[in-house]
Amino acid sequence: MSTYTNEQVAHLVEGTLDWETTFRMLSMPKDHSRFEQYVAALQAKVGFKDKIVLPLGPHLYIVQSAKTKEWVTQCDCGHVFADYRENWKLHAAIYVRDTEEAMTEVYPKLMAPDTQWQVYREYYCPTCGTMHDVEAPTPWYPVIHDFEPDIEAFYKDWMGLPVPERA
Amino acid sequence: MNMMNKNELGFADLLKNGQTLKQFRDGIIERTQASGCYNGIEKLEFRDSDPIGYEKLFSKLRGGLVHARETAKKIAASPIVEQEGELCFTLYNAVGDCVLTSTGIIIHVGTMGAAIKYMIENNWEANPGINPGDMFTNNDCSIGNVHPCDIATIVPIFWEGRLIGWVGGVTHVIDTGSVTPGSMSTGQTQRFGDGYMITCRKTGINDEPLRDWLHESQRSVRTPKYWILDEKTRIAGCHMIRELVEDVIRADGIEAYEKFAYEVIEEGRRGLMSRIKAMTLPGKYRKVSFVDVPYKHEDVQVSNAFAKLDSIMHSPCEMTIKPDGKWRLDFEGASRWGWHTFNAHQVAFTSGIWVMMCQTLVPTQRINDGAYYATEFRLPKGTWCNPDDRRTGHAYAWHFLVSGWAALWRGLGQSYFSRGYLEEVNAGNANTSNWLQGGGINQDGEIHAVNSFEASSCGTGACAVKDGLNHAAAIWNPEGDMGDIEIWEMAEPLLYLGRNVKANSGGYGKYRGGCGFETLRMVWNAQDWTMFFMGNGFMNSDWGLMGGYPSATGYRFEAHKTGLENRIAIGDSLPLGGDLDPSNPDYERHLDATATVKRDKQCITTEDCYANHDLYLNYLRGGPGFGDPIDREPKAIEGDLNQKFLLPEYAEKVYGAVFTQDAKGVFTVDAAKTQARRAVIRKERLARALPTREWMKEERERILNKHASIQVQHMFATSFALSEKFTQQFKDFWNLPADWLVREEELGVPSYGSKHRMDLSLLPDVTTVVQVEE
Repeated sequence: MSTYTNEQVAHLVEGTLDWETTFRMLSMPKDHSRFEQYVAALQAKVGFKDKIVLPLGPHLYIVQSAKTKEWVTQCDCGHVFADYRENWKLHAAIYVRDTEEAMTEVYPKLMAPDTQWQVYREYYCPTCGTMHDVEAPTPWYPVIHDFEPDIEAFYKDWMGLPVPERA
Repeated sequence: MNMMNKNELGFADLLKNGQTLKQFRDGIIERTQASGCYNGIEKLEFRDSDPIGYEKLFSKLRGGLVHARETAKKIAASPIVEQEGELCFTLYNAVGDCVLTSTGIIIHVGTMGAAIKYMIENNWEANPGINPGDMFTNNDCSIGNVHPCDIATIVPIFWEGRLIGWVGGVTHVIDTGSVTPGSMSTGQTQRFGDGYMITCRKTGINDEPLRDWLHESQRSVRTPKYWILDEKTRIAGCHMIRELVEDVIRADGIEAYEKFAYEVIEEGRRGLMSRIKAMTLPGKYRKVSFVDVPYKHEDVQVSNAFAKLDSIMHSPCEMTIKPDGKWRLDFEGASRWGWHTFNAHQVAFTSGIWVMMCQTLVPTQRINDGAYYATEFRLPKGTWCNPDDRRTGHAYAWHFLVSGWAALWRGLGQSYFSRGYLEEVNAGNANTSNWLQGGGINQDGEIHAVNSFEASSCGTGACAVKDGLNHAAAIWNPEGDMGDIEIWEMAEPLLYLGRNVKANSGGYGKYRGGCGFETLRMVWNAQDWTMFFMGNGFMNSDWGLMGGYPSATGYRFEAHKTGLENRIAIGDSLPLGGDLDPSNPDYERHLDATATVKRDKQCITTEDCYANHDLYLNYLRGGPGFGDPIDREPKAIEGDLNQKFLLPEYAEKVYGAVFTQDAKGVFTVDAAKTQARRAVIRKERLARALPTREWMKEERERILNKHASIQVQHMFATSFALSEKFTQQFKDFWNLPADWLVREEELGVPSYGSKHRMDLSLLPDVTTVVQVEE
């Protein structure tokens, strides 16, 4: 099994890791310590003091609130969406591309969906305007609760790590 | 007097243990269910006691399978096989469980196994009998084949008079004699138009194909030369592998071989579970994908009025990764099968999924049925992925399959991302289309059919650390290749007027999806020629990930009465290269004013007439993007602009890039101004957005008023009719009254199949093989 330095993992997070190392990461068995190194690299990058429990996206995390020890879904900018068990999208700002005009803002004519069939739902952070997700469902489709991680099993059984305290 | 020979109805004792094949298989299933391990193998005795011997056996067999594939494919003349590598060989144990497979279209790890299991469950050993030197041919989609053009030759392997296994070879043939030409045609709506269908038929004895089979099969398809060479390819490969197994047994002994042939499946089962634990994260992942089925349009000419409607395939997937490393894929809520050719048998799903997984979760040579035993599949009966009617068409089952799997990419992508294996994240795959198909009299004066496999090189999805690859791959064949222009021009009476990267086809993002490509083809030296389109147009099956956009949808361009013959003669301008900006089309400027042009989103059509010098644009799709586009590096945008991967208008609108262009046309992106512009974009986003719960109130009103297109309502109606759970979840989410529902009969469109259906299992003397929870 390969191992990587904290610096290499930090470069991976930044998208600046050299190809040779990236290729090694792809082709060799996975390094078990990556998760801890990854979270440490992200923790060093973010502007908030809350502990990252699980990264969800490039700017989205489940964190342990420094003040309350509650686990919440939080943006890079510190905006708290909701309790980590809730669907954060229900607490986001949404813009729906449901007209041809709105679709051709993002794709040339004929290269976007027909909005009688499919719409784009863009979910933004209400504070900083980061686009965290783009759904492409039919009209009427429920807002999808994408991911409900089993964090306790992951920390305890898979990683052998203590589960962060949760209020 | 005609004396009947009753011998063949007796017990064959193929295994020389007093058991029928069915009894033997039942025992394996029972031991697997009781112990949780394949065939009750709780200890990997062979591997643990003699690891080197075990690995040697593995390497000999696997190497031999790959070698057989590489050698046999040179026999084929079809570019689909010879150029694209659309073939695969698989070794099975006596009950049809896959031991090892070659490279290639490894979706067939389980499809030929399903055919073997069908023969076992339906007592083929008594009638028509299974003997050394026999060959069986299968392409029946109602017992596990993906689509009829995948023709499988299956050969039993005996050792000292005892059946010890099987070898299967499959090639994707150019034509199956379906209603319209091409291997994955659209003109039919049922099995009865899907082409020549062969159900585990004994087609050879003593290693020789039977003459009735040769005569019948070659006249049942449009392309007999390709057909027969494909068959020779399969037979040669199967016989090479049978000899290989004999050699291995001579060297290592029958006991070692048979121990290996079962133990390696248990090892594969454990291997998948350990990969899941090593790379993913336990939890529930919910994803969904859709495919447009626009059959109402006048250019879709089918023989059934009941197929003439617009509908949508719905593929919701709940992927549960369990703490013990097993996983469950549940498609509760999927829409019903339909009157088209995109339905998929359950085995096409459970077997085919490994062609995708070998590109991500299990990138090893050890692909066998072990992975199937580590996976719980739930494919509700009656859905597009497990039809409950024996009439369903399957010619392009891939259209729905690859779209359904797009959801799995995103689920796995989430798990890799959260765990820190960013290098593994893939936003998805391209909708691998368009499929250029058709036929007629070709440049050699022969009846011919074509299916351009350029689709084997679409754009790939973006990763969390890099862009997707341009015009690189297709999910269904990890070793696909777009093929050489020169070879395609020999195989098809279609000259190339352009082959270019398709701008804006990759989904935008911090890392963008790989771009697809487009080829402009001119009909040349053909007679009575037809072509049609097949791909996505009104919808996209491939969403972006974590803020990335979906890839672009498809569209069609075709032109008739072009005047190109005369324009070429007089040296006038010609349409050449790519259709760079469809908002501002250029091809039309180089055609006669009298030309008939179709430029729209109708990307499913049926066989239409093309004269020489008519045009057809084959646009191969791009992959979806990853991450918020305003995080994209200015230098990367600059590169895209200068290589014509991105139109300047969208560099501004989507990426917020501020740039200049010099006299030579070279773009330079200003990083500081771009950063400032992006700050404004964030504010513009919030200015036009609503809180999600506010928007939901508006959407709820639209649902209460049933304000949506018929095709959207039709999709929900078929899902509601099949799943109470999905219906309840939908109503709970939108807080709808208890009596709210959409039913097919209220939509004013044909609803054949909504109430009255007949499953294959209801035919007399048929036992179907069920390998999933239904």
